[in-house]
Amino acid sequence: MTATSQQFEIEHVSLADLRKEESPSIFENVSFGFFVYLMTDLVLFASLFAVYAVLHKNIANGPSGYNIFNLNTVLAETLLLLTSSFTCGLTLLSLRTKKKITVLTNLAVTFLLGLGFLLIEINEFHHLVSIGDSWRVSGFLSSFFTLVGTHGLHITIGLIWMIYLAFRLYKTGFSRANLRRFTIFTLFWHFLDVIWIFIFTVVYLMGMLKL
Amino acid sequence: MLYFASFFLGKLNRHAIPTDMVTLGAAVSIVLGLIFGAILITYFHKWKYLWKEWLTSVDHKKIGIMYIIVAVLMLIRGGVDALMLRGQQATSVGVHHGYLSSSTFAQVFSAHGTIMIFFAAMGLMFGIINLVLPLQIGSRDVAFPFMNLTSFWLFVAGMVLVNVSLGIGDFSAAGWLAYPPLSELRYSPTVGVDYWIWSLEIAGIGSLLSGVNFFTTILKTRAPGMSLTKMPMFAWSVLCTTSLIIFAFPILTVTLTLLYLDRTMGMHFFTAAAGGNMMMYVNLIWAWGHPEVYILILPAFGIFSEIVATFSHKRLFGYRTMVGALVSITVLSFTVWLHHFFTMGAGADVNGFFGIMTMVIAIPTGVKIFNWLFTMYKGRIKFSQSMLWFFGFVGLFTVGGVAGVILAMPPADFQLHNSLFLVAHFHTMIVGGVLFGYFAGLSYWFPKIFGYKLNEKLGRISFYLWFSGFLLAFVPLYILGLLGATRRIDHYSASLGWQPLFIIAGLGVLVIASGVFMMIIQHLVSFINRDKLKDKTGDPWNGKTLEWSVSSPAPFYNFASIPVVHSRDFYWDIKNIIKHEPKEITDVLMPKNSNHAPIIGFISILFGFSMVWHIWWLSLVSLLLIIIVIFNRFNDENPNYLLRAEEIIEIEQSHLRLKES
Amino acid sequence: MKTKIYQTPSHPDANLKQYILGYTVSVLFTLSAFFLVKNTVFTRNVLEYVVASLAISQFIIQIVFFLHLFNERNPRFRLLVFLLMLAIVLILVVGSLWIMANLNHNMTLPSQIRYMNNQGGGF
Repeated sequence: MTATSQQFEIEHVSLADLRKEESPSIFENVSFGFFVYLMTDLVLFASLFAVYAVLHKNIANGPSGYNIFNLNTVLAETLLLLTSSFTCGLTLLSLRTKKKITVLTNLAVTFLLGLGFLLIEINEFHHLVSIGDSWRVSGFLSSFFTLVGTHGLHITIGLIWMIYLAFRLYKTGFSRANLRRFTIFTLFWHFLDVIWIFIFTVVYLMGMLKL
Repeated sequence: MLYFASFFLGKLNRHAIPTDMVTLGAAVSIVLGLIFGAILITYFHKWKYLWKEWLTSVDHKKIGIMYIIVAVLMLIRGGVDALMLRGQQATSVGVHHGYLSSSTFAQVFSAHGTIMIFFAAMGLMFGIINLVLPLQIGSRDVAFPFMNLTSFWLFVAGMVLVNVSLGIGDFSAAGWLAYPPLSELRYSPTVGVDYWIWSLEIAGIGSLLSGVNFFTTILKTRAPGMSLTKMPMFAWSVLCTTSLIIFAFPILTVTLTLLYLDRTMGMHFFTAAAGGNMMMYVNLIWAWGHPEVYILILPAFGIFSEIVATFSHKRLFGYRTMVGALVSITVLSFTVWLHHFFTMGAGADVNGFFGIMTMVIAIPTGVKIFNWLFTMYKGRIKFSQSMLWFFGFVGLFTVGGVAGVILAMPPADFQLHNSLFLVAHFHTMIVGGVLFGYFAGLSYWFPKIFGYKLNEKLGRISFYLWFSGFLLAFVPLYILGLLGATRRIDHYSASLGWQPLFIIAGLGVLVIASGVFMMIIQHLVSFINRDKLKDKTGDPWNGKTLEWSVSSPAPFYNFASIPVVHSRDFYWDIKNIIKHEPKEITDVLMPKNSNHAPIIGFISILFGFSMVWHIWWLSLVSLLLIIIVIFNRFNDENPNYLLRAEEIIEIEQSHLRLKES
Repeated sequence: MKTKIYQTPSHPDANLKQYILGYTVSVLFTLSAFFLVKNTVFTRNVLEYVVASLAISQFIIQIVFFLHLFNERNPRFRLLVFLLMLAIVLILVVGSLWIMANLNHNMTLPSQIRYMNNQGGGF
């Protein structure tokens, strides 16, 4: 190939056009990358579950799960989170209506349900610590607080994220970038509910089965 | 007064400054080096250039170079640690007690292992992946350029924390994996272990993000036509490595966090009391740790696959079996972790299972060795410096691998566990395998990044020094291990007769050090002669993959127009076909440089430091600041700019003119 | 080129019917697991298996109806990563439990076992 034979053909794009709508490849990359991140988070939780499974019998003169769990409040927590997962899906669907008020209402319901879940959990932790059953007591309580607390931490991040989403939507409306933001948040929130199924079952239900 | 001090400074007080001369000397020399560097930069008025062109750059090639600079500095620091260790062992016999106290010695070997694995080897690995991968798969950048820069800065933050521990406080003395109960607060009451925890935690999060980033890059941004089965072998190895990273590093994050909770919140995960179980720590850390060694070695395998085929002028033998071997190593590496603690109480069934799995994983590795040898068979082999590293690798890696299979047998392991035989084995794998692979890759891709080739002769001399130094340094350790010398030994009886072997090992480290020195000379000489060594064609080795189809150094946009791939060794197949049709060039949307990432890095240092010293208000403030910076970045509506087609054409034409001359 | 840039993103399609179905089934599974345990309907051993299988079923339901994992078009990299993740998690959890049980069995002295039995717990 001789260099001079090389010809170039130019095609221009306008920056204004590109800024109006981001390219779908960004949507695809971000949602896939975020999905992969969620898989790593599942491995993180799996490690915590493994630790809990190994340590849950080591109560060292402290209480066992049977002594401290209140299944009724846990059921309330579970239903709150499950419902918020559902309304979070509705929020994503309602983006199609292109009505800010509908989306924001759905998001607010999701937020309040999540907040309710978090408050119940904080209350449970506070109660346990105040009656002297803190994480310092035994291997079982350490792993219980850490596993459930890590989930709670994720929920907290999700709540902050929702405030941010509401702010974005209010300010910039129904752009493709915002659709991407809502989509990956929905993934995150559903995923937290999926983790909770196992906390509910392995920690609480099975904890109640072991005297 | 005291209350305020403890509120504002946590555990930090004037006793944090080390009194021991060796540590203090190291800290002072690092500080002096930094001041000297800062003076140089100020003198040449380069601060602005450094910040604008490098520290905030989202260009994957520049990030790669920065990774490698940091990693080489850490390689030198870890190497100095190694010299200190061997110096102590060669002199501390009988009535002589060497020049290091036991606690300093313990800190030095902990720092040596931590730095070499996390900051030298991982840094070189991410450096090379950054330099090569997007070019090789025909992509303009990684999937998430900003996140890539953030990962780099988290890596730097971890590195800084390790080195800060020299001057403020102390470093962990509990070995590179800090087993409890020794690493628990009761037995390691100083902040050393906390430094270890937070430097790895922060760098580990950076690695995890990098893993997600490159995994997505490979699966989502390949050039059109490049199906997975047409992908170059290096890209395959990176795909496997990143999938190991994304599944292994969360386990590390959890393990470190739990240890920190034990130490700070009084929890009982790994304590010897109140229902803790220290063996769970050993179990978890190796569930991460074993995949980690494959994370390091797989890219080296990928590099050799490229180099051997290119310099033998033959297609890679057994592409499909190579991919199969990589994938099976990836999966199997998660099923062998118990072989690191055969002696810690597992029964015959468990030990038997993991012993057999360990031997099984040697099979795909052997397949790869044979495939490289068959690739060379009847090829026209060019004995370049990159190939020399390969030859060194084949010999050492095979010997080290056989030593590994010996260690995989539980009865033999009961003899050899924690002996210098083990130390010699894994150094053979990590130096002879990982480092040699990365050195081969660096000399191979150097012209693509800097535009000129490296001096061959000095490169060869450096290789021979490394290779002979390695044999001198580690063959004695195999023998010493069989004689019963344990690892981390800082004093032994003269009657054992080990001293000559330790002296030879120490001399070997000196020879390796001269190899490193020769590498520095090689880079200096090559830089001075860069006009003579200039790579005008962009394809100095007759390469087969896409990175050789662009100019050297690669332009910052990588490809003027994204290539469409039709076959496996695509560039070999098309480079001699004359193309008359005009190249279509469009404007390209490029990511802007970002101030956010280095700022996140700086705040992470503060965060880690405050967690180490229990300065809780600072932890809270820095965490809030990080959140604010991230939201600020998310609110940036225009993180990209438009690169005009004319600008691309101008750069392309200057390359064509150079090619013609 | 321009038309290519502005195609709609190929995100997994969500629809209301799937969400309602997923939600209803999840609530049913949660409630039945709760009441089975609360009233100890079966023996404890059987109950453990029942609630575990209810949890796994609910997990699958949510993966399908909430996370839309199976709506992905070829190449199904998400599914691949998901399955790989499941494999690693199983290896990690089952392996850890196996190893730790084995270690505890081998490394616990008879006197310790007696002590722990008296404490009502153990390793």
